[in-house]
This record gives sequence, C-alpha cells and structure tokens, in this order.
Amino acid sequence: MIVQALGVRTVDDLSEFGTDPWWLSLIKAVLIFVFLLLLTLFNIWFERRVVARMQHRAGPNKNGPFGLLQSLADAMKLMLKEDIMVKAADRLLYVLAPVISVIMAFLAFAVIPFGPVVDVPFTDRQTPLQLTDLPVGVLFVIAVASVGIYGIVLGGWASGSTYSLLGGMRSTAQVISYEVAMSLALVAVFLYAGSLSTSEIVNAQQRLWYALILLPSFIIFWVSMVGETNRAPFDMPEAEGELVAGYFTEYSSMKFAMFFLAEYINMVTVSAVATTLFLGGWRAPWPLSLWDGANAGYWPVLWFLAKVMMFMFVFVWLRGTLPRVRYDQFMALGWKVLIPVALLWTVAVATIRAMTLDGGLDRRVLVGGALVAVLLFLLLSIVGERAPKEEPEAEEQPFDPFAGGYPVPPMPGQRLPRPEPAGVVPGGAQPDQEDDTARRSATEEGD
Amino acid sequence: MPTAAAASIFPRLTRMDGYYGSYVPVLAIIVVGAVLVTAMFLGNRLLRPSRPSPEKQLTYESGVDPVGTGWAQIHLRYYVFAYLYVVFAVDAVFLFPWATVYAGLGWVTVGEMGVFIGIIAVGLVYAWRKGVLAWT
Amino acid sequence: MSVVGLLFLLMGAMAVGSALLVVTTARLVHSALWLVVTLGALAGCYLLLGAEFVAWVQILIYVGAVVVLLLFALMLTRAPTGVQTGLTTGNRVVAAATAGVVGLVLVTVVVAGFGGARVSVDEESVGSATSMGDAIFRHWVLPFEVLSVLLLAALVGAIVLSRGRASSGEETP
Repeated sequence: MIVQALGVRTVDDLSEFGTDPWWLSLIKAVLIFVFLLLLTLFNIWFERRVVARMQHRAGPNKNGPFGLLQSLADAMKLMLKEDIMVKAADRLLYVLAPVISVIMAFLAFAVIPFGPVVDVPFTDRQTPLQLTDLPVGVLFVIAVASVGIYGIVLGGWASGSTYSLLGGMRSTAQVISYEVAMSLALVAVFLYAGSLSTSEIVNAQQRLWYALILLPSFIIFWVSMVGETNRAPFDMPEAEGELVAGYFTEYSSMKFAMFFLAEYINMVTVSAVATTLFLGGWRAPWPLSLWDGANAGYWPVLWFLAKVMMFMFVFVWLRGTLPRVRYDQFMALGWKVLIPVALLWTVAVATIRAMTLDGGLDRRVLVGGALVAVLLFLLLSIVGERAPKEEPEAEEQPFDPFAGGYPVPPMPGQRLPRPEPAGVVPGGAQPDQEDDTARRSATEEGD
Repeated sequence: MPTAAAASIFPRLTRMDGYYGSYVPVLAIIVVGAVLVTAMFLGNRLLRPSRPSPEKQLTYESGVDPVGTGWAQIHLRYYVFAYLYVVFAVDAVFLFPWATVYAGLGWVTVGEMGVFIGIIAVGLVYAWRKGVLAWT
Repeated sequence: MSVVGLLFLLMGAMAVGSALLVVTTARLVHSALWLVVTLGALAGCYLLLGAEFVAWVQILIYVGAVVVLLLFALMLTRAPTGVQTGLTTGNRVVAAATAGVVGLVLVTVVVAGFGGARVSVDEESVGSATSMGDAIFRHWVLPFEVLSVLLLAALVGAIVLSRGRASSGEETP
C-alpha cells in the first residue's frame, strides 16, 4: 500500500478505491446486506414503539428485550404463510415485481459512504467504508430509484386486480413527480461540490454542511423524499380506506414481505442520501468534531447512523402526527410549489456562486436579475391563482344503481335514493320510530 | 473553495483498475441480492403450506365476487404527468453536468442555463395555465 | 478476447435479442418490458465503453421515464392483456427490410465516422459528468438551447392533444 509506505494516513484519503481485492468487496457487500436487514428489523420495531408512545400505548414489548424481536417474529410468520397467487395474475411479472423492488432498494447503498478509510481487522489492509465510489454516484442513486419504480408498476399491473392497478398507478405518478423535485433540489449541491461523487460531496462539507447554506434545497429534498417513499402523510398509494393496500393488495407471504422490506430499505436509503448530501455524511456534528478522533476509525459509522435515525424518527413522527393529504393537494404541492421553487432556487444559487467565483459584476445587472426573478415568481403565483376553474355544478341526474350491470356508486350530481326502512308503514304510528323520522325530515330540510 | 480543495486533494479515481474495478462491487451487490432473494423464496417454499382453492385464487374485491377484469383503463392525466416527468428528467440530466463544470465557465454559462430553464419553465407555466397540473 | 470484450458482445447480443422479442411477442405489456431489457443492455454497452455518465442517463431517461410513459400510454387504451394474434401485419417483410437498411446505414455511418478510434478508459474521466459538461457547454451550446425549444414543443403538443381528446370523451394517446 503506497499510503502506508509513505507513512501518510489522513482520514480523508480515499485514493484506495478500486484497490480492494475481490474478497473484500464481497465482504463489504454482504455487510451492507446484513446492516440493512438488521436496520429494517430495528426500524419496524422503532416505528411501532414510537408511534405507540405518541398515542399513549405501549407498543410491542413482549418478544425479546423491549420487544426488539417482534419484527423478527413477524418476518418468520410471513415466511410460514401460504403464498397465494391469484388466477388473474400475470405469473412471471407477479414474481418479478417484488424482486426488482428489493434488489433496487439495496443497490443504491453501493455508493453511500459510511466512514473514512479504516484498517481492516486481522489484516494490514486499509479500505474506505464505502463499497464503491463512482464519479457519477448521485446520478447512479437516482437512476436506480427510477428503475425501482418498475417494482410498483409491475406489481400493480401483474396482480390483475383493480385495487392493485389503481394503487400502482397512483404510486408511480407520485414517485415520478417527486423524483423530479428531488433531482432539481440536488443541482444546488452539485454546484457547490462541483462533483456528483458521494465521497467528494462529503469531503466538500468539511467546514459547513450544505443543509445550512442550501436550506431551501434541503427542505425540498426532505419533502420529496417522504413523497418518494410513499410514506404518511403522502401514503395515498396504499390508502387503506380507499385502495385496500394499493399495489400489494394481492401479495402474500414472502412476496409481501419483500415489498415491505423494500419500503423500509428505501426509507433508509433516502435518509442516507440526505445525510450524505446535506448533513455532512459520516462527519461528526459540531461539538463532537472538536475532538480529533471523532472523524477517524470506526467512530464515523456511529455519527452516520445517528443522522440516519434522526431522519427515520421524523418519518415516524410525521406518520404519527399528520393526516393523509388528498391526492390533488399532493400533486399540486409537487408541481406547483416544489418544482418551480427548485428551478428558481437553482438559478439563484448559480448566480450567487458565479458572483463569489468571478466577482466583479455590475451591481445593476444583479438588481435587474433579481427583479426578473421576482417578476417571474409573481407571474407564476398569479397564474396559479387563475388556473383552477370551478367545475360547473353537475345537473341532477337520475341514479341507476346498476349502470352497466355492476353495482356502482352515485356520480357527482346523482343522489342516492333513500331506502325506506323495512316493515315501517309510511306515516305509521310507532312511537319509538317517530323521533327517527322527525330527525330525518329535519336533515332533509337542512340539505 | 471546497471545490478546488476537493479536486486537488482527491484525484479522480477513474484509473484502469479503478473504472471497471469500481463497478465490480455494484455487480457484487446484485449477485448477493439475487442470492438473498433466492434464499428467501426457497425458505418460503420449504416452510409454507400450499392448499390452493378456487376461492382463494379469486381477485380481492372487498368480499364480493370480482366482476370484469382488473385491467381497467386509466385516466389520461397519468399520461400527461408521465410526459411532464420525461421533460423535466431530461432537464435535470442537463443540469447535472452543467453543475460540475460551470465554475470554470463563468457568467456566460449561467446565462445559457438561464435561457434553457426559462424555456422549460414556459412549458410548466403553460401546463399550469391550461389547468393540466390540477389533478381533477 | 478480454473479459470486457466478451461482456460487450454479451450485452450487444442481449440488446438485439430482446429488441427482436419486442416486435415478436404477442403481449403488448411484455413487449414494453422487453424494450426495458433492450435499453438496459444498451446502457451496459455504454458503461463498458467508458461512458458512465451517458450509461446512467440512459437508465434514468429511457428505462425510468420513457418506458413508463409508454406503459401509461398502453394502459390508456383498453389495455389488452392476453395473447393477441392480430398484432403481426402483412407488412412485416417490408418492415424487416426497412429496419435492416436503416441498421446498415447507421452502422456504415458509425464505422465511417469513428472506425479505428480508440478511447482508453484509464484516462482521467473519459465519460464523466465533467467531460460531458465541457463538451456540451463549450462546443455544443446551440444544439443544447435548441433542445429546450424541442422539449417545450413536445410538452405543449402533448397538453394540446390530451385536452382535445379529453373534451371529446375519447381517451386514446
């Protein structure tokens, strides 16, 4: 090892990438899987406990210490369940969908840095705590996430069920909308770091976390990562009250467990990406960073994990606090707020950066540019107010409860006929029903 | 400047063994993932009962017998949003390389990208005006 | 032959094979998914040639966005799911001949333009985001700006079409 020969070993020296022997890569890959599987088991327990605490309940506390083994027991139970494949399913794609979901969820972790260069125990080797460092790391993460959409589309489509299809469609539209906002929010980070490589972005945050100087980007990213993972309050794809369970309605046993696993790993993945890009990755937070040893050895893994768990806690907190938003509100937030703001913010950051880099620009030009930006923003907001046209009130139409041969709910403008209570003669004089009819006529007048 | 410092201290890691070597771990993750999935399916197959019956294999429709096929026709708005996604994804992939080089190119390139984003933004404003962004 | 060359051949064969399946399979949705394999294999070819930025853009845009758009378009129609027999038209000979000629022209152009060119991937950042950015923003600025107009035109076109059809109650892409 050259680095050792020179006797130089800085915490930031990542020049050892690509020199790992194959067995070390394999060990790291297996370790990532073990780490993610254990973290998933922990996170499910964590979520249930925290939500329970927020609702003044105890949560799972029977299996193992503090109920920690509860998720393991659940996973084993799912393993023992009968695997039902519905007859209407497209068999190959039905099996393929959860597999795509789960492998793509793992894949993004290949480029996440867990820590600096460390000594490998029992050998004289050194290796960075990152599986691989691609110069296009963040693009890789986004591309992998976009392939992960196929798990949802195919799962929804291949089940041959209306609920699954609707859930899958909703989920896909949601994920692709928020992926745009997410990618646009990242541009500002690349502007400052000058690279798409995750390790270089972490190194560029030695002095200042990007969450502080690029706060709008961070907020946009945070909101869109909740949307991207289909979590509450943006969990319309699996809205129990409307769609049973969304795209995995027809899944059972291990295949269901895989979708479940993929959802939790995706939460960890986006949290890890947010940590890496905005919170300085594995670098120790401020008071700790005064200690020299904080950014060396295996300690950074702890800081990294703490930051990821912070995001996980907020995921759970949101779920425990906020009601589900309506789908149109959600899409409006994505396309009318997050994306325009991300675009404007990108231009603004580029201007500010060019100013600090190049210096000497006439102040009048800047003021002019700012004015144009403000005007553009005003234009956008005015446009937004005009656009939503009130839907004309539908005319009253007769309601056919069996239109097309199937039982259907009333359309807008149709009214559900009030069933007459069985066994009651209209105007009959049963004393205990009198109240009821009186109340009903009162509400009808109220309408 | 964090950028300049990063570039000088950390040389590009795309040497010969670096380039193909850096994708070997990606392959390793896929292989280990495939092994894991296979193991999960195998374990599941060994442990689970299997007693299929026609009722179990019916599509779930809240307890009533399913009518028609599940493959319903979706609404047009999904298509429009997918289209918007394509446009903005293309926009984003041009922003990425721009963000890595613009430090050396100065004001001209900021203007160029401003024009590009401006024209795309016109498309977004148009969609907004036409009420396409409202999920009805 | 080196491992990389072998992998490249494998990816190429995969791309061509799945492309053939795209046009021969009898289920529309499966055909769209074979297209995913084709585009993915093409991305693999790019990756092996050292163009890693383009490779991941290929995955992000074509696999992640364009085929999803295609799938949505398929599901807009009355989503025929089963095996369809009437998909192959009588024009298949002409179509195959046209495809062959177009392929030949493309291969000729590429060989004439880049035949014998060698790119070594061990050079610094051959296909990285930085070199792409340099190429686009130093030499190809005008095409880049024209592209934004193209995207705008496509977007406006899609919106006009969707609104026109939606109002007349017909929902075909």
